[in-house]
Order: sequence, then C-alpha cells, then structure tokens
Amino acid sequence: MAKTMKHVDAVCVGMGWTGSIMARELTKAGLTVVGLERGANRTPAENFVLPTVRDELKYRLRLDTMLDTSVETITMRHEPGETALPMRRWETFNMGDGLGGSGLHWNGITWRFAPSEFVLRSHLTQRYGKNAIPADVTIQDWGITYDELEPHYDRFEKLCGVSGKAGNLKGQIVEGGNPFEGPRQNEYPNKPLILSQGGAMFMKAAQGLGYHPFQTPASNSSAPYTNPEGLTIGQCQYCGHCEFFGCESNAKASPNVCVLPALMRDSKFELRTDSYVSRLIYDKHARKVTGVVYIDRRTGEEITQTADIVILSAYPFNNTLLLLLAGIGQPYDPHTGKGTVGKNYCYQTIGGVSLFVEEEINPWIGTGTSAASIDDFQADNFDHGGLGFFGGGYICVSGSGGRPIQVRATPPGTPRWGTAWKEANAKWYNHNLSLTSHGCNYAHRNNYLDLDPTYKDAIGRPLVRQTYNYRDNDYKMSAYVTAKAAEIAKAMGAKIVNPPQPRTGNFGATNGQATHHTGGCIMGTDPKTSVVNRYLQNWNASNLFVMGGAVYPQNAGHNPTGTMGALAYWSANAIVNQYLKSPGALVHA
Amino acid sequence: MTDGGATLTAAEAAFLVAAADTIIPADELSPSGSQCGVVDFIDRELAGPYGQGVRLYRDGPIVKGKKEHGYQLGLAPRDFFRIGIEAADDWTRATYQKNFAELDEAGRQAALTAMETGKAAFENFNAREFFEALIAIVMEGFFADPIHGGNRDGAGWKMVGYPGLPADYRATIEPNRGKRLDIVPRGIADRR
Ligand SMILES: Cc1cc2nc3c(=O)[nH]c(=O)nc-3n(C[C@H](O)[C@H](O)[C@H](O)COP(=O)(O)OP(=O)(O)OC[C@H]3O[C@@H](n4cnc5c(N)ncnc54)[C@H](O)[C@@H]3O)c2cc1C
Repeated sequence: MAKTMKHVDAVCVGMGWTGSIMARELTKAGLTVVGLERGANRTPAENFVLPTVRDELKYRLRLDTMLDTSVETITMRHEPGETALPMRRWETFNMGDGLGGSGLHWNGITWRFAPSEFVLRSHLTQRYGKNAIPADVTIQDWGITYDELEPHYDRFEKLCGVSGKAGNLKGQIVEGGNPFEGPRQNEYPNKPLILSQGGAMFMKAAQGLGYHPFQTPASNSSAPYTNPEGLTIGQCQYCGHCEFFGCESNAKASPNVCVLPALMRDSKFELRTDSYVSRLIYDKHARKVTGVVYIDRRTGEEITQTADIVILSAYPFNNTLLLLLAGIGQPYDPHTGKGTVGKNYCYQTIGGVSLFVEEEINPWIGTGTSAASIDDFQADNFDHGGLGFFGGGYICVSGSGGRPIQVRATPPGTPRWGTAWKEANAKWYNHNLSLTSHGCNYAHRNNYLDLDPTYKDAIGRPLVRQTYNYRDNDYKMSAYVTAKAAEIAKAMGAKIVNPPQPRTGNFGATNGQATHHTGGCIMGTDPKTSVVNRYLQNWNASNLFVMGGAVYPQNAGHNPTGTMGALAYWSANAIVNQYLKSPGALVHA
Repeated sequence: MTDGGATLTAAEAAFLVAAADTIIPADELSPSGSQCGVVDFIDRELAGPYGQGVRLYRDGPIVKGKKEHGYQLGLAPRDFFRIGIEAADDWTRATYQKNFAELDEAGRQAALTAMETGKAAFENFNAREFFEALIAIVMEGFFADPIHGGNRDGAGWKMVGYPGLPADYRATIEPNRGKRLDIVPRGIADRR
C-alpha cells in the first residue's frame, strides 16, 4: 500500500532550472511546495571543488553528472514504422540528473528568441504567402508574443547575472550589441566577458564582411554580482571548464547558485531528492491531477504526494512520458496528424567548420561563451525568398576551452595516429578554431515522441520513443548557414579551412550534439493542436502546468534555456496573480 | 611497459602495449604510449565501474541496429576489449602468422590500418568498431589527467601545450594576446 504524505499546495516534478524557479515563485506567494528530484542532492561548494572538478575524463567523457542510462534512457528510430532501439550510452546528447538538473553543468549561453519566432506560422505566411510553408512542416504560433515575454526574460537575465551588451534598447539600436534582437527594456546586468583571441578574430572578420558581430550573452559572470534573490555570483576565471562541469567559483549561473540557497531557507519549501516520480494521479472527470506517485530510492517505497497544483519540470522526455502514462490528452498520431501529446518534437540543427590560423589561440583559456556571434543568418533576419527553406542559425566561434581529450582537430589528410599525427597535433593544437552554425529545427509531421513498446526504465516505465530525423528544411538551412560560416573562416585569415560540415545524413546517436530538446507538450491557442495554453496550463487538467522546452511548438536557432527561464516566470506570474484567485482554466477554449 | 594487474591478462597487456606504442610511438615529442602509462590507465578503467558497464543500459532485446543507433552490444567495456583483443589476435595470426604484439613496427601499422579502414575481417567481431574503441581509450589515456594513471608527467599535455589546470586566467588574457604561453602543465595531484 502506498504511503501518503501530507497534502501540499504545490509539487514540482524535477528540480532543474524550471522546477527551482517555479518552487521559488510559488513559495514566495505563500504556498507550501515540495520539490521532488530523482537524482542526488548536491551543492557546488561540496561536490565541485578544486582541483578535482577540472577532470575532463570524469565529467566530459564518463559524464559523471549526467543521468545514468542504466536508470533511464530513450529509444530512437528515424521514421514511424521502424523498430526503435535504446541509446545504451550517451554518445550524442545527455540528460541532466540531480539537484539543479542540466542547469548545473550547462555552458550558460543565454539567448532571447527573435520576436518572429513566437508568431512563426503567421509571420512566414504573411511575408512569403499562404502556400509557402510545406504541408509536412507543422510549425505553429506560440500563443504568446515577444513583448509579453520581455519582462520575464529580463528577470531571468537578472537572476543569472548575464554578461552581454544590449543591441536594441527600447527600440534604439545600440552599437556593439545584437541589432537583430527584440527591443529590451534594460541593459544586461553585467558587462561582456573579456573577449577570447578567437572571438576577437571572428569579430574583425565578420565586421569586414558587413555582418553585425557581438559578444555572445553569457551566464558566466564578468564581475562579482548579487542577484535579486540576494545571492552572490562569483567572477569568471576563464578556466575552460564550463560545459559538463560544475563551477567551483560560482561564476556560472545555475539553480544551485542563483535560486536554491534562497529557496532552501524558506520553511514553506521542502526538497526531496532521490525521489523518482513514476506517475501522475489524474482525475479525468474533475479535469485535475490530484497528485503524483514517486519512488523513494533510498527505501524503494512507493509514496503518494497530493497537491493542489502540479508542476511538470522534468525535461521534455519525462514531461511527455508522464502525460502519456496518465492518459492526459490524446497521443499524437503522425498518420492522421491528430492528437497532441508527443507532437512537434524538435531538436537543434548544428553544423560547423574547423580552421587553422597562424596566431597563437591559447584555446584552454575559455568560458562557456566568451566568444562572439552573428545573428545575420538567424530566424527570419534575412530574406528567405527563393531559398527553399525557412529559419536559420547563429554563427559563433569556439571558446569553451581546449580540453585535449576532445578538442584536437587536425587539417584534412592528417592520419589519426602515429608520428605524423603527433606532429600535426603538436603543430596545430594552439592554432585551431571552429565556427559553429547553430541552427533551428522546425517541426515536422513525422518527428514526435511516444511510448516505446519494448524497452523499460529502472522503475518499470516504458522508455520514451523518439521518432526523429533531420528533414529537408534542416539540410538546406544548415548548408546555407554553414557556407556563410566558412566564408567568415576564410576572412579570419585562416591558413587552412577544413571542408564545411553542415548537417547531413540521418540523425545519429553517435555524433556529439547539444542537449536542446523541445516539444512533446507544446503550447498554443487551441486544445486541438496544443497540450498547454499560453500560460503553460494543461488543457485537460487545469491545475497542471508544464515547463521547459517541452512547450516550444518548434525550436529556434538560439540555445533554448533563456526562453525557458522567461516562460517559467511568465507562468508563475499567471498562477500567482490569476489562477490562485480563481483556480480553473485561465483560457477558455 | 605496464604495472598492469588490475584486470588485464598478460596477453591482453602485451596487445595493448603494442597497440598503444604504435598509435603513440616514442619520438622527440613524447615517450611511447605505454611509457606514458596508457596501458596502466586502460587496466584501471576496465577494472573499474566504467569497464564493468555500470552506467550502460544493457536491457534486452539486444538487436543489431543501423549505425546511427550507436552502441547496441550488451557488452560492458571490459568484455568488449577481452573479446576484441582475442579476435584481433586471431585475425593477425590468420593473416600474418603472429599475435599482434609479436609483429614488427611495420606489421603493426599495417594491421591497425586494416582494422581502421575496415579491411580486416575479424571472425565474429566488428574490427572497425574495435579499432574505434581502442583508439578512443588510448587517447583518453594519453590526454586525461595523470591522476588516472596515464599521461605520465603530463607528456600528452606537453606535446600539445595544454597547461592542465591552473585556475585563473583573468589577468592572463589581455597581456598575452596572440602569444604562446609555455606553462609547465600541472594536474590534479600537483594541486592537492
Ligand atoms: C552539457 C550541456 C550544456 C548546455 N549548455 C547550454 C547553454 O549554453 N545554453 C542553453 O540555453 N542551454 C544549454 N543546455 C541546456 C540546458 O541545460 C537545459 O535547457 C535546461 O537545463 C533545462 O531546464 P529544465 O528545468 O527543463 O530541465 P533540467 O535542468 O534537465 O532539470 C530537470 C530535472 O528533472 C529531474 N527529473 C526528470 N524526471 C524526473 C522524474 N520522473 N522524477 C523526479 N525528477 C525527475 C531531472 O533529474 C533533472 O534534475 C545545456 C545542456 C547540457 C547537457
């Protein structure tokens, strides 16, 4: 018989970025909140200290902070009808686990999406005509505008102490910033980081080509900073161990540094780690989720936690899985196009080009993001007439640290071992840069998530099955933007530019790419085509709110987390100021 | 050269010494792979949780997938290398009448090239997949922090000019733009 815990006002499933922000906002509003996190409790001060934190093998290769695939993974296939197989170890992306989620070991690149992204279908239809979007490209509007989200982006940036330079302040274009960004009310809370050598070369070359380079906005703090929670963020030391690592100087924003210390001091909040939510308890007639069931991994006990409000903040795969298991909403069917849960699963389309220069780069000096970018080929910032694709990506230069097990490109034709390989490594290590084309991934009819019929996780639930491939739009977009990156590489005075590598071929579980997953529980204006409304409130259970990338109708070219933070604040604001006054649907279909 | 002994048999250690020293031969840039501790590193890795496949999803059914499905064998790395080394030696014996470790330098180079390019056909094991795993773990042993048993005296780091883990470059960047900084590498153990 399941043990039942004392009823609370709200429960958060997953304590990464979105769960931590929601728990904080709801306790501030006076609610009692329990945070359930499947992984370990951990704090930077105890778990990520010098010198042991700078261990490329442990954290980057053996993925010490990531979800253990023997506990949970996903299966993958390219098309409906194929048999999916499990990702037995992370060879491409990897999921976070433990307090802080992926927010603990992310890189900290913190973007806002372009205004046109939020109204994508209407924008493209208006600009390129009603028949411009191919039938199998199932992109949608978000049901929210950039302007509505702007104050919430601002809050997330202040929470993280983002380092950057505004390019559009209240409609005025500002020199040195990103002129393509939507209008912002405020400057970034911190000045840009010190530019890396590669960044300086990139800026100069891009400028020379008539583009508009700027320093990439970074949640790696350029100066000591106190955030609105009263918590202190340290100054970045440019140590080159950001992505995949905890930050021992607390200079990288994470839930663990920017939110959780304040949350933990609030007696209305209770954290339970090693608490693995197995299912939601759904009352179909009342259209409410009355609580969640979780396994206490310390005892193996099954425990029920009831709550008035349930927040799903468990990353897109678990968010979608828990809805599917509970039978909340209709699963998406690619054959009919009907159903919504699992629909419009998207990823990121990344290409790149490697170049070799005469200058000494010192690639081991790096931050998550100290380098520079251009947005000239992002979103609909350029005319897509006649190009045969929509969307785009930003182009940026590497700068996250030349950790040598992984970062050691050599010119084409170099053998992979032996004396000639050693010579090439010794010669080029300090002279290699790479440019990335970080592209969007627009929804496609056949890309979706559902339950795998065969494989199970460690607590007996079906694995999520990913049916996914890159599609025509992705290949064309990536070829176009990566070719632009190669032109910049040449303009950087490179002695050698390797052949550009746009995204080609099938999606593979083996080629390292970003952990930027979206969709499955998408937001929108119509319950027939979306899972949650504009406030991230589920259409079929009015006390259930879904967070994170899961709600994006499609993924933009920019990294996704800035928008997740903004949406969490936006949703929390609606819960506190509207929902609590009169619990029920905030939007009537 | 190997202390060995954590899990590798003598035959496996001999194979790996020969392989590591062919992949990373001794020259003025560094001592050989095994002299740098690469085989000790592999021994420790395979004896530990990684080698035992602790964080590997091993549930069945085990099905041969497309190459894009990634690793689909249920084998933990320890077993993968045990079977792979056996298969490689079987193949070199059939092809060159010698175990891999007994081949001369040119013979080892030819054998590794055949595995790398898919020309070697092992019986009941994928030679190319084995080669990829082999080169990956050798590189880890050459470039990982010396605390893991390889990269002795920071030899791999010295070869490329990686400084290891000095903590703080805030004041280093501006005055040294475009300059080569010859920092003597330091690892985790040097900082304890
Ligand atoms: C290496 C790496 C680098 C990245 N760099 C960037 C970057 O530079 N910029 C950017 O924008 N994004 C980046 N990302 C992505 C970013 O980390 C994520 O977008 C963000 O952390 C997602 O926030 P979230 O709250 O939705 O999920 P997470 O932060 O992943 O948190 C979800 C939490 O839920 C828990 N959980 C899941 N299922 C259950 C369950 N059933 N029961 C209980 N708990 C559960 C998980 O253990 C996890 O702690 C990076 C990701 C990785 C892995």
